[in-house]
Amino acid sequence: MQETNKRALFESLVVPHLAASYNLARWLTGSDHDAEDVVQEAYLRAYRFFEGFHGADGRSWILAIVRNACYTFVRQNRRKLVAIDDEVAELRDGRPTPEALRLADVDRMLLREAIQALPEEFREAIILRELEGLSYKEIGAITGVPIGTVMSRLARARERLERALAGRVSRGGAA
Amino acid sequence: MTCDQARVLLDAFVDNELGVSDSVNVEAHLKSCAGCLRVVENHQALRQAMQDESFYFQPRPAARLIPVMKGSGRVFAAVAIAASLLIAGFLAGRWQPRDNTAEQAILDSHLRALMSGHLADVESTDQHTVKPWFAGKLDFSPPVNDFAQQGFPLAGGRVDSIQGRQVAALMYRRNRHVINVYVWPAAAGGTSRTDKSSNRGYNIIHWSGSGFEWWVISDLNSGELEQFSALLR
Repeated sequence: MQETNKRALFESLVVPHLAASYNLARWLTGSDHDAEDVVQEAYLRAYRFFEGFHGADGRSWILAIVRNACYTFVRQNRRKLVAIDDEVAELRDGRPTPEALRLADVDRMLLREAIQALPEEFREAIILRELEGLSYKEIGAITGVPIGTVMSRLARARERLERALAGRVSRGGAA
Repeated sequence: MTCDQARVLLDAFVDNELGVSDSVNVEAHLKSCAGCLRVVENHQALRQAMQDESFYFQPRPAARLIPVMKGSGRVFAAVAIAASLLIAGFLAGRWQPRDNTAEQAILDSHLRALMSGHLADVESTDQHTVKPWFAGKLDFSPPVNDFAQQGFPLAGGRVDSIQGRQVAALMYRRNRHVINVYVWPAAAGGTSRTDKSSNRGYNIIHWSGSGFEWWVISDLNSGELEQFSALLR
């Protein structure tokens, strides 16, 4: 690929998704500074390997790279970003009907904290779905899991967030 | 459709990921099941809450990335990525600037410095600190003067590489603008003419004089940048 062509293509297919890249990286790393570094690194990598990209969906392609860069970064830096997910006992079956959330009452600060506290595979799913509006298929492509897994992760993520918002973080099961 | 059957489909329903027949069945179920309806409504409330713009992180108007943020994040994106591409090519070692000139090299260097936040190895407003700092790092001693009195305070210096040559890069400030001055010894027979140009929103002024090549670059307006250049001569 000729350098000027490569650059023009990259600028039209990948660069427009910088804001989405930053947002995802910010949620996955938890810090402005780290997100900037990671996005920078991801774009370097993306540009370097741009010859290998033959699709039309630049967004999924770059978001997958950003996501991987985030996790590489997180692992390398041993940041404790992820809330301990030891409450697997939140069973979907037989759970009580949740209380109704009223939008006006949603505490946004609490919601942000609850998102940040989600295990990373739930967090990335809900961010890509609700903030980027991506389809299950796209989310699956980015995160490398089947569509059914995307769906169950979203369901788990929503359940946790809604419980947190309803003031019923399930620890101890007190309702 | 039973409640158990519906439950597992509610997320996909909210996300518009169901086929027509499942979708119709879920809708029918919701009419008769307050519990499932509440789940759907909660998902929708959650979605709406997350539409608040505070949930979408915008790149901060980052000095680290590039300080030419004008208004929206989109502009930032375009500018930042222009710089990011330069860096990408630089690191990959195979970047061919559109025209392989000193001007392009100066622009690349300026963007790299702004973006990495690495503007100065020696940060000082004192010319008697900055000038000696270069001793032993370069094979020449660059002229270093502070112009704080005239509104262009010296901020520091670093050694940079332009087209394979080690050069002195001096940083000045004008209000919130950063001015980079690149200096290296002029080759014999260099021109003494002054070139002014504008590239990607940066003004660049170049001349040879007092035995040095001078390149001045900034996002400062060209009038003030010329005023500053006059002080250097």
